[in-house]
Order: sequence, then C-alpha cells, then structure tokens
Amino acid sequence: MSSISDPPSGSFQLSMLINDTRYRSYTFQFVALLLLIMAFAYLGYNLISNLQAAGLNISYQFLGEPAGYDINQTLIPYTSQSTHWQASLVGVLNTLLVALLGCLMATIIGVVVGVLRLSNNWLVRQLMSVYVEIFRNVPVLIWILIIMAIFVAVLPQPRDFRGDDPEATMVLGAFAFTGRGFYSPAPIFGPLSGIVIAVFLASIAGIFALRSYAKKALFDRGQVIKTFWPSVAIFFLPTIIVYFVLGRPITLEYPALTGFNFQGGIFMRNSLISLWFALSIYTAAFIAENVRAGILAVSKGQTEAAASLGLRPGRIMNLVVLPQALRVIVPPLISQYLNLTKNSSLAIAVGYMDLTGTLGGITLNQTGRAIEAIFLLMLFYLAISLAISAIMNVYNNSVRLKER
Amino acid sequence: MSDTHAQSVAYVRDTMLPEQAPPVTEAGVIKWMRENLFKGWFNSILTIVSLYFIYQIVTGAFPWFANGIWSTSSLAECREVLDGATGACFSVLTERWNQLLFGFKYPSEGYWRPTLAFVFLIVALAPALYPAAPRKMLFFTGLYPFIAFWLIWGGTILIPLMVLIGVIAGYFAFKRFERQSFAMGMLAGLLAAVVVIWAGGLIPSLLPGFLALEAVPSRDLGGFMLNMILGTVCVSLSLPIGILLALGRQSSMPIIKWICVIFIEFIRGVPLITLLFVANVVLAYFFPPDANIDLVLRVIIMITMFASAYIAEVIRGGLAALPRGQYEAADSLGLDYAQSMRLIILPQALKISIPGIVNVAVGLFKDTTLVSVISMFDLVGMIRGPILASTEWNGVYWELWGFAVFVFFIVCFSISKYSQWLERQLATDHR
Repeated sequence: MSSISDPPSGSFQLSMLINDTRYRSYTFQFVALLLLIMAFAYLGYNLISNLQAAGLNISYQFLGEPAGYDINQTLIPYTSQSTHWQASLVGVLNTLLVALLGCLMATIIGVVVGVLRLSNNWLVRQLMSVYVEIFRNVPVLIWILIIMAIFVAVLPQPRDFRGDDPEATMVLGAFAFTGRGFYSPAPIFGPLSGIVIAVFLASIAGIFALRSYAKKALFDRGQVIKTFWPSVAIFFLPTIIVYFVLGRPITLEYPALTGFNFQGGIFMRNSLISLWFALSIYTAAFIAENVRAGILAVSKGQTEAAASLGLRPGRIMNLVVLPQALRVIVPPLISQYLNLTKNSSLAIAVGYMDLTGTLGGITLNQTGRAIEAIFLLMLFYLAISLAISAIMNVYNNSVRLKER
Repeated sequence: MSDTHAQSVAYVRDTMLPEQAPPVTEAGVIKWMRENLFKGWFNSILTIVSLYFIYQIVTGAFPWFANGIWSTSSLAECREVLDGATGACFSVLTERWNQLLFGFKYPSEGYWRPTLAFVFLIVALAPALYPAAPRKMLFFTGLYPFIAFWLIWGGTILIPLMVLIGVIAGYFAFKRFERQSFAMGMLAGLLAAVVVIWAGGLIPSLLPGFLALEAVPSRDLGGFMLNMILGTVCVSLSLPIGILLALGRQSSMPIIKWICVIFIEFIRGVPLITLLFVANVVLAYFFPPDANIDLVLRVIIMITMFASAYIAEVIRGGLAALPRGQYEAADSLGLDYAQSMRLIILPQALKISIPGIVNVAVGLFKDTTLVSVISMFDLVGMIRGPILASTEWNGVYWELWGFAVFVFFIVCFSISKYSQWLERQLATDHR
C-alpha cells in the first residue's frame, strides 16, 4: 500500500534493498521465492529418498491393472476384472450422481424452507427456524450416519416381505422400502419407445413456441393469449395418445421378491440414499438462509412501486422481486452446491462407492499407490470446483448491474 | 360545526360517542391467532399440519425420554428392565461416559487433567471473547496453551516451559528491534525464539522427571476431548495464518500474491477428507524417516491449512469492503505498511469479518468429526467403533447419536449466538 518514495539520493547502494521502499518489495519477493524453493526442494528430496529407501517409485501403471474388487452400485458396466481406471470412472460417476441428486433435493427443500421462514404464520416460522438451526449446527457426518442407522435399525429387511402374513408390505405394490435400500419400478423401453420420447420432446418444444408466440402477440398487437391450460394440454395429450396408439411400447418392470431378496426394478442402495438425504437436508438448511437473505435484500419500496404500477401480487413476485432476489441468492447457492459435492466424499463413511471410496479407498489400499491415488483424487475435486467457479463468474457477469 | 349545518342537515351528532372496546376477534390472543395462525385457508392448513407434526413428535418422544433407563450395564439388561415398554437406554451414556468424553485409551486416573484443561480453557477464553472481563486475565490466556499441553499430554513441565521461555525471548527481541522496522523485529524475534527453544531443548532430557505427569501419547487421545482439541488448536492457529494469507493475496507484489492465491484456491477446491488422507498416508513421505511426526500433529497441520485458506477468504472480503479512503488516510499519515495494517486497516477489516470467521470456526469444529474416517476415535469415531461394536451396546443407535447431536448443537449454536452478540457490541456505526 505504501507508495511513498524517498527522493533518489545518488547511486544505488546495497542497503537500499532493505531501506528503500522502491526496491524493498523485490527483496521480499526474492526471499519468499527462495524460501518456497528451499521448502519444495527439502520436501522433494525427502520424498525421493523415502521412496528409494522403500523401493517405490511414482507410476500410474496401476490404473491399467485389474481392480479385483466388486462395486455394489455402478452406473456403467463393471466387473471385478475391470481395471482400476474403470473403477475410478465408476467412482466419478457415482460422485456426480449423488451430487446431482443432492443439489436438486437440497434446492427444493431449501427454497421451500427459506420462503416459509418468511411466512406470516408464526408457528411455521418457528418450526422452520428450528429446522435450520438444528441441521446447520450438527456435523453432516452425524446426519449421514443417523440416516444409515434408520436403515439398519428401523426399516424391514427383504425377508420380512415374505410369507402369507408378512411383517412388511410394498407400497402401492410397486415400491419396497427395505433396510438394504429402496426398490422402485424400472421403465422398459420397447422397440417403438423412441417415437414416444420424440413426441414428448416435441411437445415441450411446442409449449415454448406457444409461449413465445403469446409474448410476441402481446408486445406487437396487445393481444392477450392465455397459455396455461393449452400448455398443460400440449404437455400431456400428444404423448399419451401416441403411447396408446403405438400399443404401450414403454412398460414398467416391478421389483419382485424372489428368495431372500428383491429382483428387477431400480435399486437404490441404502448407502446412496442415506448420503443423498443427509447431504440434502444439511445443505438445504444453508440454502434456506441464503434464500431468506435474498428475498429480504429486495427493498420493500420495490414491491410497493410495482404495486403502485398496478401489478398483481403474482406478477410482482415474478417480474420485480425474484429477478432481483436471484442476483443475491445464486452466488451463495452455487457455492453451497460446491460444498455439497465436496461433502459427498463422506460417502466412505457409509460405504457408498464414490471416487473417494474406489480410487481413494480400495484401490489405494490394494495397490499402496497412496501418492498417485490421492493426487488424482485431489485433481478431480479441484477440476470440479474450478469448473463451478467458472460457471459462477459467468453468471455473476451476466447479472451484474449495468451501470453507466 | 353543529351550528353551521343545523338547518341544512336532518341530524348532526353533537357529542362524541364513548370509546368502545374492540370486537373480541380484534383484540388480545384471538387477534394474534387470527393474524399469525389462521390468516386465510392456506395458512390455516399449514398451522394444522404443523400442530399435528409437533403432536406426533411430542407424543412419540415423551415416553421414550420419560421411561429412560439410566443405570444398567448392557442393552439386554436395559431391555429386561423396560419389559417391552417404550423407553430409552440412556445407561449407555452413563456407563460409557468417560469413553465418550476422553476416548478408550486415555489413562482413567488422569481424567482430571483434560477436565481441568477444559475449565482453564473457559477462563482463558473469557478475556478474549468478553471485552468486559479484566484485561489482566489475558496474561493467563497467553500461558494457557503451555498449561493445556502439559495437562493433556503429560510429561515433564520443562518442555512447555522451555517453549514458553523461547516465545518470551522472541517477544523481547521483537520489541527491541521493532523500532528499526517491523520486518527486522519479526526476524529478530523468530531467531531469538528458535535459538532459545533449541538451546532449552537440552534441559528436559536431563531432568525427565521434573514435575512430570504421566505421559500420554497422542494416539491415546479420543472422544469429545479430541474434537475440542482439534477445534480450538486449529481455529487459533489458522487465524494468524489466514490474516497473513489474506494480506498476501491483496499484496501488490506479484510473486507473493500468486503463492497465496494458488495455496488458497487449491485448499478450497479439495474436500477436507482428501487432506486428511494426505495427513494419514502421504505426509510421512515428505519428512525425513526419523522425524516420526505423530498422527494428531499431522492432522492438526492439515486442518489448520484447510481452515486458514477459508479464513483468508473471509478476511479478504473484509479488506475489500473497507473504503479506499482508509488505506489512503493511513498512507497520508506517514505510516508504513506494517503500522497502517496494524493500526488502521486490520482492526476494521477484522470487525467486518467476524460473522464470516465464526462461520468458518463453526464449520471447522463440525469438520473435526471427519477424523473418524481415518480411524481416529473422536466422539463420532467412539460411537461408531468401540461402543456400537461392543457386545453390550450393539444396537443402541438413538441414544448415542442423540447425544452427539445434542453436544454439537450446544457448542455450535452457542458460538453463533456469541458472534451475533459480539457483532452488536462492536457495531459502532448507525448509532
């Protein structure tokens, strides 16, 4: 900060490197750089001599070798004969899966709770602040383990569904909530199902087209076209008609009890669900606070000004309050997403096989390649967080107040 | 009034009506309920749903608490006493109380030591946290780290004493050279401290039994004590480091700035658990084979690095929020960099950063539970490992996790309430 410079007094002297503010910063930087290089050299020398003493080297060969362990929840084909690289890939996808699910659910819960915290209902307000305080102030690891304990201690085992008078029954005949995880029907896509999906996508495009046409009509001719019910009709009708005309190409496969376990359908393991739910409710408490702060940040004058222009409450929310509140809400929201993604590495506590569980867990223990495995692990998380920061910067620039 | 209109209007009231009480629905409790609980059908539904929810929780939890058993020695015994009724087996807490607090390896005759250290912690924190406390107590705060180290880890008192003497020597050397320049003072202080500690390090090995408590190795620490140790040590170490990093990041010297930026962004980009893995399996490769740094120290190093990066970002926010005029005012007074930072900039920037720093501190304290993943037995590790896996208490989930939730909630909630109070105390504007 100090930009005071003494008048130059004759030729350069060595003492000026310390006493003259013009040159002092070079001295400091030189010393800092020197110390840094020395520290790295020291650590690197230790690393090399330690590795030599242990007869090890740095090599990523292990990624190509067969992993030799099973992963119980995979999104891509994987067997114990696959390589460590594929195991890591399974881990990456599992991390992204739980992060995506968690972000979705945390946003929904967080927005609802944040809005309800501003409700004029006293009881609801109090309940929501109790929720926020309890979940914010207790480590997420404890919540993960508590939800896992619910699976272990409370929910019925698949064998309880057996027999003529079972202790537990499936919900609606389609969903089974067991201690091992949740079973739900899985869609089976028949040969003609592509057409149904195409029609569904086309009808969504149609809704957007209708909306933009209505907007254009409003701006050009002042003609008001109602869009809500037509949109609903476009959303459902064509798809349903095509679905039945083509003879139901998409069917559901229901989970069925065979032997001691359920077969078929979609199976979500208890570890995934406990991680997902715990991360969601924990992060939602933080998101709720962000949402509340964002709504409170829009001054009351804005609402009143909009009302005095004759806007109705729904439009005030949509056109005036939300656009301004989102500017405040979105940046912390994205950093909460980032936190959630990083917290998903706690999967290892419940045995969910995310990247920390595969690459940083079993692969590390089997191959003993600690430095390489942890380096790759850090690189992955670093890449994700840098990508998310980049997205955030783009967003911040796009919503920045354009001041002249 | 009445006179002027007496002829033109049929009837004009010429006396005031007595004031009437508001209608029953517009006063007192009923009015409050109408406005706050039953305003519109949606609100009424919300209220009824909430009431039902509260009713369910209370009726579910009350018998469980009320019938709680506090004095059995195993789950089977507790179930026998309960005899099928709903009730909690709180006896797991009473029976394993010491394990929950101190871990299962800490020598049981030494439990008074961490307890005393905890009591001293409150005394030491009082002047730092509560501005009205007598300033002389800060002297004790300065001594506290050495007392606490001696109490918890044991061994001869000479080791912490020598470090203390080194720190004091460093302080006097700093004072002696501070007049010349701040950097010179720091350098002299550091040198003096290192020399004295190095020289004094010879003495404890000569008198290993002098005022010695039974030595406890770090791996025997556990329970909530470990969370408290990690939390307090790492927060207090990461504050100064975080301030330096923040100043470095704001610095106009490119090399220093980039060192700080890369460090901060790297640490903030990776989860704490990977850093703990580093502490657990990788860090040993980077030190000489005979260094033998124990796990708790390695974990403290990593968590401190983690926390200081976050604190640096918070303080950078505070520095950026200060008006530019403050920096210029400091310059125009002729203060050099160290003086302007210490006297003008940092006091204001830190005040702005208090909520953020407290958030980081609370987050860090919660994150100390992560050490259970690298098989250290903190509170969560004790519950997951030795207690739930024991034959006596296999299956007592809710009492134990409820206890963990309760303990962490109390600590973290009171920290955040304290920070709100402090913010109000320090608010000097808008009066």
